[in-house]
Amino acid sequence: MKFFVAILLTALLALAGGLWFGWWIIAPASFLVALLVHQRAGKAFLSGGAGGMLLWGGMAWWIDASNGSLLSKKVAEILPLGGSPFFLILVTAIIAGLVAGFAALSGSYLRSIR
Amino acid sequence: MRIIPFVVSTVITAGLVFALNKHWGIIPPMGKFLSPQHGFWQNAEASDYDYSADLTFPALKGKAEVYLDERLIPHIFADNDEDLYFLQGYIHAKFRLFQMDVQTKAAEGRACEIAGSKAMEWDRSQRRLGMRFAAENAVKEMEKDPVSKALYTAYTNGVNAYIHSLKESELPFEYKLLDIKPEEWSNLRTALLLKMMAKQLSSGTERDIAYTNAKKIFTPADFNAAYPQVPDSLLPIVPKGTLFDPASIVPVKPADADSLYFEKKDSMALTEPDRPDKNNGSNNWVVAGSKTQSGSPILCNDPHLELSLPSIWFEMQLSTPTSSAYGVSLPGSPFIIIGFNDNIAWGVTNAQRDVKDYYEIKFKNDSRQEYWYKGQWQRTERRRETIKVKDGETVYDTIAYTVFGPVMYDKSFTVPGNDKALAVRWVAHDQSNEGFTFYKLNRAKNYDDYLDAIKTFSCPGQNFVFASKTGDIALWQQGKFPARWQGQGLYVMPGENDNYSWQGFIPQEQNPHAKNPERGFLESANQRPVDSAYPYFIPGTYITPRSVAIEHFLSTMSNITPADMMKLQNNYFSTLAEDARPVLLKYVNESALNSDAKRYLDIVRNWNLEADPASKGQTVYQCWWDSLETMIWSDELSKSDPVSPLPEEQTTVELLLKDSSSLKFIDNINTPAIETLGELVTGALNKASADLVKKEKEGRLEWAKFKEPAIYHLIKDLQPLARKGLNMGGNGTIINAVTKSHGPSWRMIVHLTETTEAYGVYPAGQNGNPGSRFYDSFVDTWVKGEYYKLWMMKSGEEGDKRVKWTMKFNRVDSQ
Repeated sequence: MKFFVAILLTALLALAGGLWFGWWIIAPASFLVALLVHQRAGKAFLSGGAGGMLLWGGMAWWIDASNGSLLSKKVAEILPLGGSPFFLILVTAIIAGLVAGFAALSGSYLRSIR
Repeated sequence: MRIIPFVVSTVITAGLVFALNKHWGIIPPMGKFLSPQHGFWQNAEASDYDYSADLTFPALKGKAEVYLDERLIPHIFADNDEDLYFLQGYIHAKFRLFQMDVQTKAAEGRACEIAGSKAMEWDRSQRRLGMRFAAENAVKEMEKDPVSKALYTAYTNGVNAYIHSLKESELPFEYKLLDIKPEEWSNLRTALLLKMMAKQLSSGTERDIAYTNAKKIFTPADFNAAYPQVPDSLLPIVPKGTLFDPASIVPVKPADADSLYFEKKDSMALTEPDRPDKNNGSNNWVVAGSKTQSGSPILCNDPHLELSLPSIWFEMQLSTPTSSAYGVSLPGSPFIIIGFNDNIAWGVTNAQRDVKDYYEIKFKNDSRQEYWYKGQWQRTERRRETIKVKDGETVYDTIAYTVFGPVMYDKSFTVPGNDKALAVRWVAHDQSNEGFTFYKLNRAKNYDDYLDAIKTFSCPGQNFVFASKTGDIALWQQGKFPARWQGQGLYVMPGENDNYSWQGFIPQEQNPHAKNPERGFLESANQRPVDSAYPYFIPGTYITPRSVAIEHFLSTMSNITPADMMKLQNNYFSTLAEDARPVLLKYVNESALNSDAKRYLDIVRNWNLEADPASKGQTVYQCWWDSLETMIWSDELSKSDPVSPLPEEQTTVELLLKDSSSLKFIDNINTPAIETLGELVTGALNKASADLVKKEKEGRLEWAKFKEPAIYHLIKDLQPLARKGLNMGGNGTIINAVTKSHGPSWRMIVHLTETTEAYGVYPAGQNGNPGSRFYDSFVDTWVKGEYYKLWMMKSGEEGDKRVKWTMKFNRVDSQ
């Protein structure tokens, strides 16, 4: 239960933070959630990472669908990802997952120091 | 102890954020770039994106509306001129900000700030040509007149209002990819854009340096044969036989011109970087009511420029209660540049005149602080240029300015070891306000207004075609053109005194022009504007064949409709091949051809002379011809270093028509034997067929597949943003002048009936955002040779079903 709450909270807090701050807000958001919703390090990493992936992957997928993959196909050739919108969304999600995951890990460790 | 893992994971997190927040070489900052809330995903416009808005700007004087139609054409309705241009600036920026920013930075010689050190030669070349110097002089003139200043300033304010409103997530796609930020707009940047047009259209229209080298290897007679001033097949803009008044300025040739200039054998070990494409030409023509079905004139224009995504053009309507203009504008400049209003229509082609000369400068020493002029050492004015480089060290370049202008080439530029210093005298450096011509044209009601609008236009010289609803048609070649003595400025001139300086300019009223000719039509297509009866010496890089084709068709047409004009703009007939093919077929020795070449010969023999996309005849003919030209000329031309320029295709055709068997250039001077034309023509086909066989195996014998036309993004490296493999025929000497990535950048036809009937199309789309469906939405229509009907919206038509979105602009909050 805590695990899912942490995922959702991470995604929501990062989403809200993104309205005022830069992309990096996913790190402090995920860190904060891990601090508040205490889990063991491994679980915190996974839930933080999943929260980041959920937000970025979900949003990217949603935007891409309403754009008919017009831009993602081009970007996936520039980057290069073989012109695949799916891979581009995946890379987008993984980047958020990594940053949010490690931030959550820090949060979890800090909580257990006290 | 959890402190160590905490520190480790925090360091990793911070490291990730740091690494993903900055670009690494060409890799964009991945975190910033991929963030769906901030990065490029925000540029992926939903297919039902809503452009409507309600905005407030204190800079406005009244209120205004912008109606966006189904093709995303903005129809701007403002209460007054200043608000009109404020909104034009705002709208340009909204759809084309990156383009405006990057083009003016490149104009100023700041491309390295975006592209890194690989653009260094470009940047130095722009600065040494004095592009910023030219723009600063233009601003002085633009701001001299309070009305003019107010309009340019309103435009600038509009652009900046948009830039200031931008959130990080709203930055155009390219800024995110390149990790750069937009820069404030200014009147200087508008001037830079216009000077960039001047460079493209009037900086590659001379060949002083190349001709100086060619003069060394050719006798005067051979030089004139290879690079003639008046081509045999010329059909000038001003109909042949027109009488001209005698020159009112008669420039005097210096007494020492023969020894110091004409007969001096000198060489310039220089390369000229980034010479503008010589095909930066265009077609325009106008037919009078006497030749049309309706009895009203029809005006047509298609300017040929480098094709790009986004396009150099942006289509729009600009209306106030007292004026309405529709057509294409240049993002970065106010006004409609090519278009029509409720009374007249106008268009432009390039004059191709030489308005730029080089003078050889003698410096006292390498510090370039003093130069020898009029018998004494004069001080140069020195500008120290600071060239910032993305991800690199700043480079400094000191440029010496002389009485002629900036010293473009010297020991440090472009070829190390070059011992010549050349100052450039260019009309574009003089104070002028070209934009204001368009302000007036947008409001012109008749011929007199048109003439008043264009007569101050100085550079780049343009052929302004005109038609009015009252039935007048006219064509003026307008610009500020030096009055030259015979031969002046063909080659680099001595710069030790003012003997070789320009002695004046051709009076405006003596510029080539024609109005309401009896034959009922006028046309310009970059040909020499007048025949040899014109009383001035007017060198240039003229292009003859398209005008020959246009006159050929227009002179035989009657009862013309806009549909006929569409067909003519898309015409693929090759007049050059019509002239050249008989020579090729006459002299080719079939028995000496290999079996492939024989097959190709049949293709040319049976070709209908149309360079259409599916034409194999055009491909074979072109390869054969190119190979023949190389055989005729390369032995002579390569006697100079660098190699002298290849004569125009037209020139070679004319030489062969005049003197097919005994032309001296046919002999290869590097062999003891005397070659004949038959040997060359036959050899050229055998040689070409080796390449053609390869192309044929790849399935690329059809002309469109052979030349592979494409429209690239402004940053050519971004290949996925290009449109490639377009099914287009044509070439630079054919009316439908599509080359590889160059051609009709806007096609317009205006029928001046009581309610104007107009058509247009350009090969890109209104929105510069590659994530928008309007990014390239016109390309397929353009490729097919089809047009959109242009809608001059009237007030009261706000409810028309073509209006898809409305942007409202207010001075103060309406709530």
